[in-house]
Amino acid sequence: MRSRSRSHRRRAVVLAAVCALGAGLLGGCADDGGDDRAGGSGGPDTKGRTTLTVGVFGVFGYKQAGLYDEYMELNPDIAIKETSIERNENYYPQLLTHLSTGSGLADIQAVEVANIAEITATQADRLVDLSKAPGVRKEDFIPWKWQQATTGDGRTVGLGTDIGPMAICYRKDLFRAAGLPTDREEVGKLWAGDWDKYIETGRRYQRKAPDGTSFVDSAGGVYKAVVAGSPRRYYDTAGKVIYKDSPAVRQAWGHAMDAATGKLTARLQQFQKEWDQAFANGRFATVSCPPWMLGYIKEKAGPAAEDQWDVAAAPRPGNWGGSFLTVPAASRHKDEAIKLAAWLTAPEQQAKLFAKQASFPSAQSAYALPQVAGARHPYFGDAPTGKIFAEAARGVPAQILGPKDLVIDQNIVDIGVLQVDRQGKSPQDGWRAATRTIDNALDE
Amino acid sequence: MSPPTGTAPPAAGTPGVSPPAPVPAGPDAAELRRRARRSRRYRRDLRWSPYAFVAPFLLFFLAFGLFPLLYTGWASLHRVELTDPTHMEWVGLRNYTRLWDDEFFWNALRNTLTIGIISTVPQLAMALGLAHLLNYRLRASTFWRVAVLTPYATSIAAATLVFALLFGRDYGMINWVLGQLGVDAVDWQNGHWSAQLAVSTIVIWRWTGYNALIYLAAMQAVPRDLYESAALDGASRWQQFRHVTIPSLRPTILFTAVVSTIGATQLFGEPLLFSGSAGATGGSDHQYQTLGLYLYEQGWINLHLGRASAIAWAMFLILLLIAAVNWLIARRLRKSQ
Repeated sequence: MRSRSRSHRRRAVVLAAVCALGAGLLGGCADDGGDDRAGGSGGPDTKGRTTLTVGVFGVFGYKQAGLYDEYMELNPDIAIKETSIERNENYYPQLLTHLSTGSGLADIQAVEVANIAEITATQADRLVDLSKAPGVRKEDFIPWKWQQATTGDGRTVGLGTDIGPMAICYRKDLFRAAGLPTDREEVGKLWAGDWDKYIETGRRYQRKAPDGTSFVDSAGGVYKAVVAGSPRRYYDTAGKVIYKDSPAVRQAWGHAMDAATGKLTARLQQFQKEWDQAFANGRFATVSCPPWMLGYIKEKAGPAAEDQWDVAAAPRPGNWGGSFLTVPAASRHKDEAIKLAAWLTAPEQQAKLFAKQASFPSAQSAYALPQVAGARHPYFGDAPTGKIFAEAARGVPAQILGPKDLVIDQNIVDIGVLQVDRQGKSPQDGWRAATRTIDNALDE
Repeated sequence: MSPPTGTAPPAAGTPGVSPPAPVPAGPDAAELRRRARRSRRYRRDLRWSPYAFVAPFLLFFLAFGLFPLLYTGWASLHRVELTDPTHMEWVGLRNYTRLWDDEFFWNALRNTLTIGIISTVPQLAMALGLAHLLNYRLRASTFWRVAVLTPYATSIAAATLVFALLFGRDYGMINWVLGQLGVDAVDWQNGHWSAQLAVSTIVIWRWTGYNALIYLAAMQAVPRDLYESAALDGASRWQQFRHVTIPSLRPTILFTAVVSTIGATQLFGEPLLFSGSAGATGGSDHQYQTLGLYLYEQGWINLHLGRASAIAWAMFLILLLIAAVNWLIARRLRKSQ
């Protein structure tokens, strides 16, 4: 009798376990099914609101700046849900597969500037034309930004969010110790108009450099800053890859090599731990910085370097970074999504975002707004960042982007330049290694 | 949940275990029918239940194992780009023939091999030594056994990020220690062998304890009287280890070698994260780009799914080759015994 009841109990336990497992499994499947529907939002939520989803990578700052809350207050029938994937290199392939199958998409999907040419060229059919969306005005945007997300037949599939006009961030204490001027106007004049003068300043710095410091963080940073100021670098207007013979690439490569072989760099790699540590320890005097990097510098250099950093105009303006918002054709709430995308990228909201998150507006009509025009950065010696970056933004040439810009750029910097800067190889060897890798990557 | 009794399933056609009770004098037709039905149901149960029990695994395997394998093979015969994965263009074996001339593939294969060797060999040797130590009578032996297993319990990502910090050029702890000894700072990440060594260290750290416990389990199955008679013959500890422990452990060592080799062939997380933000290139000179990384770079950075599929299948074939070699060795071992 006793043994019988025990076996009964055991059977009950096993049954319960199986049921729990099974239920979990089914639950998991059901969840996935829900996510697979475009938008992942399903019908109206419990309060009867329409849920719009926004897919981004990294931190876009809309939530932090309170823009979602503001929009939901203005539109009580809308709820907004943001999903973020930390790194674009994980976000972008997923976006591509979702677009091609038309499932798993958010109502609004962000696209990085390095990917926008590929998206515009290959995915335009799967995205909504936003140029005629209510409230969107082409004149609001910087022309080259607008152009980057526009197809040959005039469909604009992405609305510009921020941009990254570059300046040079420099350390006043190190400049003073090396006998260079420290005032941001005078520093800007040291190299105004020509990257050669920047390298020349580096040589001057290095002659009297404080112990253990270098003029610039990395040769890769120099390359990126120089190449970002050229209208034509990796592709020509016909869409042909020309990076091997491009004068812009040759010039940027030359400056990077000057920095590397002239021992002007701290031989670092950007966005690696050592780079962060070098900020904290004040190991280099200059770094080319788009507006979004100011917050990064402040965080990594910390309170100890307060009032040591300042911002001066770059030798030539260039653009580094920035994103777009797109609305997939498969979005379940297309009209509401278009309205939200237009609202988020409108000049007023871009100005608010700049004030809170330092994402510099791609809407030029925002530059006159007080949040931008009067912006100063206390950490950087109260530098008039709004004015400096607005001026740089206007000077950035309209850049021809191609589908594989990112791959070409990354391999030149992470293979070619790095080999020379860090491994001490010759510029010829570095260039050969970079081109071999790029040729292999472009070969389908 | 096993079948009700422990008997083997009867051969098809024979009746199941029939009730041994003596048949009552005159069973009516209904009773016979009921009995036949029950026996049929019972037979069916014995026959099909096992399949029902393995069905969930089988379905999952078909959906997430076999289908992707075959589909990858199919994709490897096409030109497919991640920008439009539904559009496939037949190219036959071209993705494979180009691997033959692909310096990056051979480089990755070479790196996989060298990293595999410099991580597997010391790892297993150390595991054997550790297991031998743990096999002694020790105070708090359970604590030590758990302690050696803890590295295995950490995530690859966490371990790798910490090791990348330790191996940092400017502020890494290892260079600091070397500096104390008067050795110049080593740029671990950008050297050829130094980078491979650093990546191997992470693998060794993580798996040594795991293998040690497997060895320990095998060692404890070695009969004690073998050691006692060896001790009577005057064999030292070391001689006992060499002439009693190692031969008894041979199948286990072979097993761990195979498992480690397969793990080394698929090495991915450690080299990926060791390079920090640089991602899949495996260093500025591709000096620690393994096959796994190269596959990832081709598929998810360069977006060439067809080429990536071909690499995946090449890796699969390499693993089959390893399995075959293992089988041959195991057979020879068995024969020699």
